[in-house]
Amino acid sequence: MRNRLPSLARFVILALLSALMLAPLAWALAASLRPPSVPFALGNVFFASRLSLDNYATALSLAPFARYYLNTIAQVGAIIGVQLITASLAAFAFARYRFAGDKVLFTVILLQMMIPTAALLVPNFSTIRFLGLYNTIPGIALPFFGSAFATFLLRQSFLALPRDMGDAAAIDGCRWDQELRHIFLPTAKASIVALVLSILSFHWNDFLWPLVITQSDAVRPLTAGLVRFTQMGEIGAQWGLLSAATMIVTLPLFVAFLVFQKQFVRGYLSSGIK
Amino acid sequence: MRRPRILPYLLVAPTLLFVAAFTLLPLGEVLVGSLFKQKLNIPRFRHPVFAGFGNFVDLFHDPEFLQVLANTGIYVAVLIPLLLVAALGLAFLLEEKRAGVGFFRLAMFHPTVLPMVSAATIWMFFLTPGYGLWNQALRFFGYAGPQNWIGNPSLALFGLILVAFWKNVGFLMLFFLAGLQNLDRSVVEAARLDGAGGLKLVAKVILPLIRRQTVFVTTIAFIGAFQTVDHVFVLTQGGPSGRSSLLLYYLWHMRFERMDVGGSDAVTVIIILALLAFTVTNFLVSEQHEK
Repeated sequence: MRNRLPSLARFVILALLSALMLAPLAWALAASLRPPSVPFALGNVFFASRLSLDNYATALSLAPFARYYLNTIAQVGAIIGVQLITASLAAFAFARYRFAGDKVLFTVILLQMMIPTAALLVPNFSTIRFLGLYNTIPGIALPFFGSAFATFLLRQSFLALPRDMGDAAAIDGCRWDQELRHIFLPTAKASIVALVLSILSFHWNDFLWPLVITQSDAVRPLTAGLVRFTQMGEIGAQWGLLSAATMIVTLPLFVAFLVFQKQFVRGYLSSGIK
Repeated sequence: MRRPRILPYLLVAPTLLFVAAFTLLPLGEVLVGSLFKQKLNIPRFRHPVFAGFGNFVDLFHDPEFLQVLANTGIYVAVLIPLLLVAALGLAFLLEEKRAGVGFFRLAMFHPTVLPMVSAATIWMFFLTPGYGLWNQALRFFGYAGPQNWIGNPSLALFGLILVAFWKNVGFLMLFFLAGLQNLDRSVVEAARLDGAGGLKLVAKVILPLIRRQTVFVTTIAFIGAFQTVDHVFVLTQGGPSGRSSLLLYYLWHMRFERMDVGGSDAVTVIIILALLAFTVTNFLVSEQHEK
């Protein structure tokens, strides 16, 4: 569709809107790099006379951010690993075989997509407590080991394969696991990348569930750690310090996004189906 | 084929097991649990006591809960139309590949990548009176109203809406962009030759063509609005005086601060019913139009 707006006017509007959108993050970044000794003042909102990493050093000394990183990575890694395995097995079964009750089972699994796990916080909390996994990393990850969304997405890509292909492979004496690994999975590569990135950004950023299921820094992920940091008494209104903590939590994944923009965007597009 | 009959069931079993344990079973648990009174901090109600629909009756007589319902209603009714219109508008502006479009798209989209808690801490700072750029900017445009948005009972909810808007508008734009790029250009050009232009072209020709994306975007915006309350934790904790508490935040408060298990099960049931009602209506409406 050709747009009627003259291109200069449009460029100016977009530049203004972009500046508005970018302002909060840019400003927090600027605030985090100010020397703590230079107070904020009206009219002096951006950089101070020099850049300083002091706020970062203080933030790192006040809370175990490195530990939070490891916890987040362990939790997200476990979810991605297990979910990919369970979902590719189930998706393979639904795409490759006809079996009694297959439609019913598929529908039952899809139910999960209609009810966000976030809403089932309370009963899942009891289940994890009952299993003795409260305040452990497996406890954070366990509810997400089976995913309707991942099963659905992989089944869609598996269905793109012609049916005869699997049959031919079976006649050639190919075992089911060889079929899955050498024929089905390679064709779903693009979906798998999108899936991994969508799981990554969802669980990396998830907050409420990790908050209720953890109580100590030893297992707490980045998001819950940051919120705890903002509520520490000695932080008060030290905005430079708060901004530095926010940047510590935010920047690494953000930089990864900037590098792998295309793949991330595809991941986000696919995650919309959830 | 001499494939063992049991294989497909074994393959499906792990996924089914986790879905059963963390979606189906909990669903049954809250349905049953919502009918029992159980409060962990009151000895008499330490163990569940059957109460029929007592929990629901209590909730709907509780001014605090009614306030939460009103807050959630306003939050959804303001946030979602704003998001849809802005996301569609941005998609129109950014559809064509021109100088700077890549950068502009990135500028709109970048908050999607941040965790909501980071977005909220950034905005906490941004909205702070005195230091906050937000008020300085508003003052530039002649605003002389209350300074502290998140500490003001009538503005706190809108502070949350602002953050959620900033965080999600680029994400939703993505789906409209995809929709516009797949448009059948010949139809649009034909309408344009027939003299349709501007808003009329958008309303009569383009919107019907991207109806599927619109239904879809509305659904994810709605579900997202219900399942993300991270900014409430960071910015307002539901306050001042309960004026910015949302359903899912209230659920947490009910279970982990008030220790009211039965009440929190009832709130869960209400959240699920609201989500299902919306999803089903949305689906039916879109199906009707397809015919």
